[in-house]
Amino acid sequence: MTPKSLQLKVLDLVPFGQTGTKHYFFALRLENPNWEEWQPGQFVMLRPASFGLEIPWGRPLGICHLTHQHLICFFQVLGRGTERLAQLKTGDYVQVVGPLGQGFVMEEATPTLLLAGGMGIVPFVGYVNRHSQPWNLSMLFGHRAPIDCYPVDSINERITLDSLQETVPGDLDNLIFSLQERIHDCAEQHGLVLACGPLPFLKTVQRFALQFQARTQLSLENRMACGVGACLGCVTKTTPNWQDQKLANNYVQVCTHGPVFWAEQIIL
Amino acid sequence: MNLAVTLSGQSQKLELKNPILTASGTFGYGLEFAPFGDLSSLGGFIVKGLSLKPRLGNPGPRIVETTAGMLNAVGLQNAGVEYFCRETLPKLPTNQTNVIANIYASSVEEFAELAAILEHEPRIKALEVNISCPNVRQGGVLFGQDAKMAAHVTKACRQAAPNKFLIVKLSPNVTDIAYIAQSVEGAGCDCISCINTLQGMSVDLKSRRPMLANVIGGLSGPAIKPVALRCVWQVAKAVKIPVIGVGGITSARDVLEFILVGAWAIQVGTANFMRPQISFELIKDIPLLCEELNITSLTELRGSLKVS
Repeated sequence: MTPKSLQLKVLDLVPFGQTGTKHYFFALRLENPNWEEWQPGQFVMLRPASFGLEIPWGRPLGICHLTHQHLICFFQVLGRGTERLAQLKTGDYVQVVGPLGQGFVMEEATPTLLLAGGMGIVPFVGYVNRHSQPWNLSMLFGHRAPIDCYPVDSINERITLDSLQETVPGDLDNLIFSLQERIHDCAEQHGLVLACGPLPFLKTVQRFALQFQARTQLSLENRMACGVGACLGCVTKTTPNWQDQKLANNYVQVCTHGPVFWAEQIIL
Repeated sequence: MNLAVTLSGQSQKLELKNPILTASGTFGYGLEFAPFGDLSSLGGFIVKGLSLKPRLGNPGPRIVETTAGMLNAVGLQNAGVEYFCRETLPKLPTNQTNVIANIYASSVEEFAELAAILEHEPRIKALEVNISCPNVRQGGVLFGQDAKMAAHVTKACRQAAPNKFLIVKLSPNVTDIAYIAQSVEGAGCDCISCINTLQGMSVDLKSRRPMLANVIGGLSGPAIKPVALRCVWQVAKAVKIPVIGVGGITSARDVLEFILVGAWAIQVGTANFMRPQISFELIKDIPLLCEELNITSLTELRGSLKVS
């Protein structure tokens, strides 16, 4: 569907992670935007009135989940924008532009491997909940913060989630090894790999995906100003494999052509 | 309240339903914003800068947010004028509003060639000559920073496109913007838009790296509004042709301030990223604010700044 720009009311803001310390992870529940359609992997540009003129850009947040009651966004406090988002109160209004971009493909009968790195787990909440044959899904989740900082509960209820917390440097090697093994196995089964996470994580996934010829989609997180394809700030470079030959070996907007891309079509 | 404005230049005119235009590079090709408002309600929109040949643009990161603004170094990524006329233009509401082409080239000859191509394109109502992009350099000097070169480019475009309303977009990165304005007016343009972005940079202390791959970029957004107002005021006093104000406009109040210092129309830029429906909303907000402030017409307000 074409995106809308709406003022949505905040239902609540729920901190995740250990109590008693400063919180960095939040689930933001907003009233239902009544979109006709959306796909997991799509995102919204969120801009509360408190940004004023000082913080010009909305913040692109992956849609965590949307039910008939509410839209859930999930974020980690990382800078001045998310710091201000963390101060939202029930009843505040937030400008929400969405749904934006292209989501993940969903092939219900195909064995599908979900690979999440840190906050990359967010779009998979909606994905897992919407999937009609969750027994075809498996997931590997690499993260640094404790597991209770992330929205894993509803995923855990539906599928088996293997998580690897990185606490010492050697853990990273384990994660890379697991990624290699799982992507290899998925390719053998002619399955589908979907990945979301920080750039080094995506680069690793892309490397193994190309090596084992696994059908793989990657969700990118580039800096964005507009979210609607106008500013050309968030671009990524395409390979000669890009579907539209006119845009092969070119820069394309992550916000409109992505954020989800086929692994063999972009250069990270 | 009648918001219609006629921009009367030296040789051509441009009729606007209202003074709200959108700035090049901040509104895509218009279609990106169609979900958020009626494109035909705008006074016009200025499409992303066009060049003769396709341009890849700069590598990323291309943008960074700053306090009350942003820096960009996109580098005029575009598919070229031919592609635009063939593929994009047929999709735009060219009968209902003014679609204005912003053009960029790296030589006077190329500027003339581009202008000549668009001269024969009836769906394009005006040309905005970009002599002030801070992110693209050839030979080290920007056309917009040298009065003679600026006039040279303007003259070449004027000759190549005698029937198009010709706007020249000025850079604020100069010592005397009024002098450059007089120079391009003397070369025959119909209108001046100012300002383009201010050169700036942003760095990351932790990694000790610049925030933009291009190191330097163009600053836009609310942060530059005072600079833009000053430039419009100085230029409007110095020339007889109409001036279009650009720089940090986010509200109807801002629009009226630019008209007060002498602007005939304005362009909304970075605010389109902040709120995609803003340009459409301003058209409705202006009459309400005028009523509140007892402003009877935009003509009455224009250039009425009292300076003792």
